[in-house]
Amino acid sequence: MAETAAKGLDPVAILKEAGLAAFVALMLAVPLAGLETVSAPGGLTINTRWDWVAIAVGSVFVGRLLLILWREQGRRRSGPRLDLDIGENLRTAMPVLAAAGIAFAVVLPFLPFADRRVLDIGILVMTYIMLGWGLNIVVGLAGLLDLGYVAFYAVGAYSYALLAIHFDLSFWVCLPLAGALAALFGYLLGFPVLRLRGDYLAIVTLGFGEIIRIILINWYDLTRGPDGISGIPRPTFFGLDFARSPPPDGHTFHTFFGLDFSPLHRIIFLYYLILVLALITNAFTLRIRRLPVGRAWEALREDEIACRSLGINPRNTKLTAFTLGAMFAGFAGSFFATRQGFISPESFTFIESAIIVAIVVLGGMGSQIGVVVATLVLIAGPELIRELQEFRMLAFGGLMVMIMIWRPRGLLAFRDPTVRLHPAPRRRLGFGRRKPAGSGAP
Amino acid sequence: MEYFLQQLINGLTLGAIYGLIAIGYTMVYGIIGMINFAHGEIYMIGAFIALIAFLVLGILGITWLPLALLLVLLAAMVFTAFYGWTLERIAYRPLRGSPRLAALISAIGMSIFLQNYVQLLQGARVKPLQPVIPGGVVLMEGAISVRFNYIQMMIIATTVVLMAIFSLIIAKTAMGRAQRACQQDQTMSALVGINVDRTISMTFVIGATLAAVAGMMVTLYYGVIDFFIGFLAGIKAFTAAVVGGIGSLPGAMLGGLLIGLIEVFWSAYFTIEYKDVAAFSILILVLMFRPTGLLGKPEIEKV
Repeated sequence: MAETAAKGLDPVAILKEAGLAAFVALMLAVPLAGLETVSAPGGLTINTRWDWVAIAVGSVFVGRLLLILWREQGRRRSGPRLDLDIGENLRTAMPVLAAAGIAFAVVLPFLPFADRRVLDIGILVMTYIMLGWGLNIVVGLAGLLDLGYVAFYAVGAYSYALLAIHFDLSFWVCLPLAGALAALFGYLLGFPVLRLRGDYLAIVTLGFGEIIRIILINWYDLTRGPDGISGIPRPTFFGLDFARSPPPDGHTFHTFFGLDFSPLHRIIFLYYLILVLALITNAFTLRIRRLPVGRAWEALREDEIACRSLGINPRNTKLTAFTLGAMFAGFAGSFFATRQGFISPESFTFIESAIIVAIVVLGGMGSQIGVVVATLVLIAGPELIRELQEFRMLAFGGLMVMIMIWRPRGLLAFRDPTVRLHPAPRRRLGFGRRKPAGSGAP
Repeated sequence: MEYFLQQLINGLTLGAIYGLIAIGYTMVYGIIGMINFAHGEIYMIGAFIALIAFLVLGILGITWLPLALLLVLLAAMVFTAFYGWTLERIAYRPLRGSPRLAALISAIGMSIFLQNYVQLLQGARVKPLQPVIPGGVVLMEGAISVRFNYIQMMIIATTVVLMAIFSLIIAKTAMGRAQRACQQDQTMSALVGINVDRTISMTFVIGATLAAVAGMMVTLYYGVIDFFIGFLAGIKAFTAAVVGGIGSLPGAMLGGLLIGLIEVFWSAYFTIEYKDVAAFSILILVLMFRPTGLLGKPEIEKV
């Protein structure tokens, strides 16, 4: 492909290239798109859909053609690339942007278009933002790829549900307990495995996530297995319920403040609850980043050997990151449980972990605003086009691949170290070491 | 004793399937140092293509079993190979030289994409297939008789033959040499005239063909598949690759057999619900105490 472009616009070569792509598309489409297995009496039979194949092959041919032409254009117009400066400009605009974002989030429930659906999406997005910020401590700052983050989310959710149901504790008592339990789990799971590096750590944490899910499914006496736990108490506003009719000897939220009852009150309250929790996570991260331990995380992410020679204990440093990250997942989990009122192991599958990791990495590791941007792109975007529900995960996976190819360091990656010892530290992936397109780092 | 023998046969069969998938992981990790997270989906696609090929042959009226099996095998291998090639071309090649995490995220994205792609095109329901190769040999009569089914024999035999061919390719052919050279040093390989891009592509193609064979075996063996089988099988096969020592081909096969045996024996003698926990625990224990696996070489870390 590169050779074709270098020769200039040679129509034969371009057609050949596009034809090749179309041929591959044909081979891909024939078995899976062209032939559909359908249930029939007495087993499966085959339906043919040659029109789908034709569409797929045609669009790949045209798409490939356009892509080549577009690249050729880009090559001729050899001006500075536009997106090179996104990171730099954003760094200066960031405080303003952050303030505007927070202000918008605060007033959102009172904006005219904020109906139930918008608020529900808002809560969902804020939950993922909080999870993303929590995981950012582990992945973004400490550089530990955790593919089982959802396990701690699950621990938080189940802790709240079980504590609230069996011991009748209120949400506000359970929240710190759930966080502490999740942190304990993080500590215990992290302790043995944190000396592993990179991909191995990723796969081990994935294993832990799955183990916890399998235990949740099979330990029926405690967790009620696949049936899940229902009837989880809703949170109260300092003891005031959000029910329609007040108890005989007390108040509910709307009678106490003399408001008309509206089911939206609870939603708005939940929205603010998760907003505050998320902002606490953010403030915590921003602060701890400046402490010695935060600096140690980032140093460890860049070069573990150098850190060890400087006397940083890698295991303890990683363990703090892992534990703290787990704690925030625990908080988010208990919020999830109280918001849903029902939890089951279904909610804590590997896909959730993958989504959270994707949010952190796509946003640009270590960038707090990047997490917000990535969540808006990945969660709110597909959520808004509910009509295309069945294509949601397909688009999600495709988006992950495309964003990574477009900006391998994430959408807003500008927290790169300014000084590097090695220009390209990873040797194993290293052939043809071209500069990744648009890596904003100077 | 009979029970034990029966489980041994079942475990070896399952292990052979895991081993075939594990080779794809171990080769890709050896050459570009990343976990090809979407490899499990490639195996799932192989299973679907095999199923579809069977149905098409049924419609065409080709019912002579050896011919049908051979055709299905070829179809599954060829078409799945295209998926393996495209996967590398679209999702991994543009990211060579980028941070490792980028490639891993791209792989996870591809895995999610392929799962939903198959679900949308073929439906979410479980796909059943009538037993194609029924019957077997009874090795031991008794209260529990030990049966060695023909299908199990076929799986084990095919795996052995494929492994032999594959080892020969790696050891003797120019492509195999290029592959081993790239595993050691890609820049040097390029300097001595090896087309590194093509070699990496071929690695994915070979991995995909072997995964397709595993997919076909599973379709025949269990008779049901759905779009979700790739995830667990993928993780277990990866476990097998790690247990055997990632980057080592005999290790992948050995690891596959071990994982298959452990899973089957755990289900037979302990609790079937926790069989996946057993596999994951093995993975964690091996990585903690012997990260290089059984046959792997230690990775030396340089400043």
